[in-house]
Amino acid sequence: MGLKLEEIKSLIKKAIPDAEISIQDLAGDDNHYSATIKSKTFSGKSKVEQHKLVYKALKGKMGNELHALALNTLER
Amino acid sequence: MDEKLKKKIDNEVEKNEVCLFMKGTPEVPQCGFSLAVSNVLKHLDVRFKGINILEDSELREGIKEYSDWPTIPQLYIKGEFIGGSDIVKEMFEQGNLQKKLREKQIAFKNNIK
Repeated sequence: MGLKLEEIKSLIKKAIPDAEISIQDLAGDDNHYSATIKSKTFSGKSKVEQHKLVYKALKGKMGNELHALALNTLER
Repeated sequence: MDEKLKKKIDNEVEKNEVCLFMKGTPEVPQCGFSLAVSNVLKHLDVRFKGINILEDSELREGIKEYSDWPTIPQLYIKGEFIGGSDIVKEMFEQGNLQKKLREKQIAFKNNIK
């Protein structure tokens, strides 16, 4: 279980190329992260839609391999 | 998704004005994120139904598909999917959850002056 920080970053980058990502491994277990993501693609979208874009970027890993990723999405 | 399961979730979401799909119960949450949302609702004195998805494996997977949302907890207010714990916490801190409750005419106590 778990997902490496760099892997999360690269998955998000692939789906949201302009994303500015700051991510922290909260427990040092590759399984609990907190991320702040800034992107133009979030503009005009609701928070639910913004988070869905990130979850989609993680290709079904969220809630499976990856237990916890606290998200803060911001419009750029 | 399975029609029967969808009906079951529809029914919960319609029957309960504020409905929280969570791990554990409002009394004994089994996960920090479920605890956080449950605490926000308690803080606002909102009457809500907590549905423990750990007791129902069909529901546990079904709710993710139903909401198109991969994680638990999930909050519904009057049939509208509000979000998971990050969104609910952020909305609460910015006063937007209170605004939403007001719009939906759900009784709550605003403890922030």
